[in-house]
Amino acid sequence: MSTETAQAEVKKSSEALLSKRRKKLISDPLVDDNPITIQVLGICSALAVTTQMQPTLVMAISVIFVIVMANLTISLLRNTIPSRVRIIVQLAVVATLVTLVNEVLKAFAFDMYKELSVFVGLIITNCIVMGRLEAFALGNKPYDAILDGFGSALGYSWIILAVAFFRELLGSGSVFGVAIYEPISGLFGEDFSLATNGLMVSPVGAFIILGLIIWVQRTKTGYVEH
Amino acid sequence: MELFNLAIRSIFIDNMVFAYFLGMCSFLAVSKKVSTALGLGAAVIFVLTVTVPVNWLLNEFVLKEGALSWAGETFATIDLSFLRFIMFIAIIAAMVQLVEMVVEKFAPALYGALGIFLPLIAVNCAILGGSLFMAQRDYTLAESAVYGFGSGTGFFLAIIALAAIREKLKYSNVPNGLKGLGITMLLTGLMGIAFMSFMGIDL
Repeated sequence: MSTETAQAEVKKSSEALLSKRRKKLISDPLVDDNPITIQVLGICSALAVTTQMQPTLVMAISVIFVIVMANLTISLLRNTIPSRVRIIVQLAVVATLVTLVNEVLKAFAFDMYKELSVFVGLIITNCIVMGRLEAFALGNKPYDAILDGFGSALGYSWIILAVAFFRELLGSGSVFGVAIYEPISGLFGEDFSLATNGLMVSPVGAFIILGLIIWVQRTKTGYVEH
Repeated sequence: MELFNLAIRSIFIDNMVFAYFLGMCSFLAVSKKVSTALGLGAAVIFVLTVTVPVNWLLNEFVLKEGALSWAGETFATIDLSFLRFIMFIAIIAAMVQLVEMVVEKFAPALYGALGIFLPLIAVNCAILGGSLFMAQRDYTLAESAVYGFGSGTGFFLAIIALAAIREKLKYSNVPNGLKGLGITMLLTGLMGIAFMSFMGIDL
């Protein structure tokens, strides 16, 4: 029995560093099994920070860091955590990582820290993090867990960046803080100019943009919810 | 009057769902039927009203800068506010567990109604968000209790309204790609516009 498992372990570890199965771990959550548009997880923070692209990028990087590190930690501890207390252990690990991110932001990017305010803290309750820990990290090896976390976090990141792109472009007339067009001053501006859409800056715009992105994305993948 | 004003603000204007996007996961997942939405909404009100004041006490007497001065001169300069996240989430998880046990013991009927939702709530961002906003805005104890209750009620109203709309929506012909999450997002956006009309109310 023990030799059998040992053999299985050897077989697994001899798997290529980026085998087909492992590539799938990263690529699946990008489109076909996207955490936001298909699995409906982590919507809270996806919408709150997306009025501008810059804070969104910071948020995306923070989430990538937290998910990958949490997946790695839980995966390393997976055989020692009693299943009855696993939620508390997961919360403790995630909260520690988020505190780390928060302190780093406070020290090196104070403006960003002010702008994101409580939403960095809310990464703790981002359902994607807990979802990946529960569904993957508790039952898989560390390296696979890292890849899985990275894939999910990337899937999350590109959606929130897309939402932020449209919201900033239509709402403030800029991309990454660089002005693309001058907001119209009067009702009929002299030069070619467009009016900014105040609705896009407000929460309502986020819901509608995300709704439309989901529509396009699901139509392309052919996913239908019942 | 000040407190009443805060309650109105947190229910309608600074609504957890429409203004801060908090608790979206459960808001979207548990809004298919009015009866279950009612259970979750009630549980959120309950837990927020309990955890926000408890976290206020924790923040005021343990975590804030200089909060430990009651323990002696040597502790007066300690600032533990970086432990806020981990302590708040621990308190929330513990309170949820406690509330679950108390309700199970003394009100079995209520437990039957709320039971399955209570564990879900520990990882609901509306709960943690309530406590973090409380710490950020320097509320007093009374204010934090009112804020907890008010923001819970705001969530309650939002989820019930959405569930009622989705129940009716079952009979409409929605394009395939929009079914489920997509149409729900658009609906939430429209409801957000309706809630925007409360903006500017000041009592």
